[in-house]
Amino acid sequence: MSEKSFNVSCPVPEYSFEKITLGHGSGGILTSQLLEKTVYSLFSNDELNSQHDGAIISPKGRIAISTDSFVVSPIFFPGGNIGDLAINGTMNDLAMCGARPKYLSLALIIEEGLSMEKLWIILHSIKVIADQHGVQVITGDTKVVESGKGDEIFINTTGIGEMLDDVSISANNIKSGDCVIVSGMIATHGMCIMSVRQGLEFRTNLQSDTCYVGDAALALVKELGNDLHFLRDPTRGGVATSLNELVNNTTYDIELDESEIPVLPEARSACEMLGLDPLYVANEGIFIAVVASGSARQALDILQRFDISKQAVCIGKVLEGGRGRVVVRSSLGGKRVAGKLPGDQLPRIC
Amino acid sequence: MNRRKINKLDLMKYLDEYRDADLAKKYLDEVHKIASRPWSIMEICGGQTHSLLKYGIVDLLPNNITLVHGPGCPVCVTPVSAINLAIRLSMRPDTILCSFGDMMRVPGSKESLLAARASGGKVQTVYSPLDAVSIAGLNPDKRVVFFGVGFETTAPANALAILQAYSRGITNFFLLPSMVLVPPAIEALFGDPDTRVDGLLAAGHVCSVMGTMQYESIVKKHQIPIVVTGFEPVDLLLGILTCLRYLENGTAVLDNKYSRVVSHEGNTQAKAMIDEVFEVADQEWRGIGVLNSSGLKIRQKYQQFDARLIDPGVEELPDLQSACIAGQILKGLKKPLECPLFGEICNPQQPKGAPMVSTEGACAAYYNYQHFT
Repeated sequence: MSEKSFNVSCPVPEYSFEKITLGHGSGGILTSQLLEKTVYSLFSNDELNSQHDGAIISPKGRIAISTDSFVVSPIFFPGGNIGDLAINGTMNDLAMCGARPKYLSLALIIEEGLSMEKLWIILHSIKVIADQHGVQVITGDTKVVESGKGDEIFINTTGIGEMLDDVSISANNIKSGDCVIVSGMIATHGMCIMSVRQGLEFRTNLQSDTCYVGDAALALVKELGNDLHFLRDPTRGGVATSLNELVNNTTYDIELDESEIPVLPEARSACEMLGLDPLYVANEGIFIAVVASGSARQALDILQRFDISKQAVCIGKVLEGGRGRVVVRSSLGGKRVAGKLPGDQLPRIC
Repeated sequence: MNRRKINKLDLMKYLDEYRDADLAKKYLDEVHKIASRPWSIMEICGGQTHSLLKYGIVDLLPNNITLVHGPGCPVCVTPVSAINLAIRLSMRPDTILCSFGDMMRVPGSKESLLAARASGGKVQTVYSPLDAVSIAGLNPDKRVVFFGVGFETTAPANALAILQAYSRGITNFFLLPSMVLVPPAIEALFGDPDTRVDGLLAAGHVCSVMGTMQYESIVKKHQIPIVVTGFEPVDLLLGILTCLRYLENGTAVLDNKYSRVVSHEGNTQAKAMIDEVFEVADQEWRGIGVLNSSGLKIRQKYQQFDARLIDPGVEELPDLQSACIAGQILKGLKKPLECPLFGEICNPQQPKGAPMVSTEGACAAYYNYQHFT
């Protein structure tokens, strides 16, 4: 996959160097040149421009903080790149807390040899999304590691968001009868990445669905109030793992209706081919909402208003008197337990 | 690198058709209606075991039908010495070890390929042996070994990989063969006086390569019905229902209920390829022991591709030691839940025996779907 296949609306600036070298992480002149031409020019704001050791901010009221590191391989994939994941992922985590993202830190660990063009595209992707959602990159860090000691680039972002008023989203809120809603098609991102991973490549039209889901999620927070019990973006480990984390060690079970679980036909085919269960495949552009049963219809109506959640659907219910398990009811009526993933999902032999 | 095209409509059509809940329920009702006394039916293949538990079919059957889970998980029965060798090869600086995903977690004497990778071993997951040939082409300075584990289903692809390397003059591709054959295992099973199995569901995909002909003699000799069965819920229930009908009628016949894929002769091209590259040999089955003429080894003509020649050293380390009843489970004499280690002591994170190591092993299927009752 070449980075040239991506549309860059903002032209790559001229550099005196084509690739990142160890010197760009030295803290000296090369570092200054790199940052001036990339980070400072793209993300310019008062806090960042002060080039202080840290940023000083005055958020309003309660805040949420979330941090995440991004190590995806390959760093460019259909539908996005590591930069998209790095900003969307952290903003989504804040939204799941019921907070509107405001500030972001951005730390880059670059393997020497990364092309300036790739770095530019990644940073530009972050800028576009930050601008779209009014988020400021206010502090950061750049390190360069020797060739072979990284995987082109790793990114860490920490986000700060302002909490919506009186929000309480917690696993402790869930109750018997609650509806488990997914905001869209599951397993799309994970299967897209797998399709371009070396050694497993297969041709599909799948595109990563990475995006900021906070507008839809925060609409639920505002409009459902206390009837919204829980939010989670089921990234690594997929929907099954997130739901296990929600009910394990409780007296509730979650029962999922397998025929209701939305999966794009291509993602489902790819899962079948590799012997993977879509419930355990990583997601990016979707979230899970657990809502009081009486508000399920309203929740789905709210989600309908947003492009990213038009296919939201209730996939199951919280049941009392359980053993803290996620149970999947097959179309035949048989049941199985979908436990936690023992490790990586690995493609099966047959 | 080979690019596989998924034809989504075709693939899902073939899947959805055989997951039709109404048809499955119809077969299930029929099973309930005609089952007049206790019967034990063995499904040979781990893929079938997996589906039976995934769709909850085990619980939907009448109490007098017992499904016995057979030895058909090639990952589970791969001998520990082969895994140890794969790990040793991966640790050599000049070697890349390529493997199917589900071999990665399987412990050898000391560790798994995943653990070896974490310790610096060069281990790569691939989807097909042909990918390993491509990797060999791209890395002429490295030896690229494909860990060729599997039944008759994967043997043709392993053979094709060697034939491709041969014709392309790729000399740095190697196969570490650990292939097992189903009929000798069935023979061994029925040769055991303890075996209590009334009918068999033969593994559809194995038969798609080898044909149904190889089962005719088994049916005659042991007077049991054998139904060639697929892997989807409708396939499995039709297989169970058909087998049950023969049992209730007292007839021992071979019936093919996977005819959309399986023919009497099988895939003659694939069989010819297997025959060109491999010859039948004695083979060790983890948890069972050595079975005569139950495996495939590389013929003399293609010896140069045998990965065992890279590291001929014999390092015999013991298998996992425990009170595991793997042998009895793989022979269908006991169920996973009857093992005292099942669950707390033995689980997929710390398997103590072969059927727990792969997701398709009977014990792992029970554990993963928490079929604890």
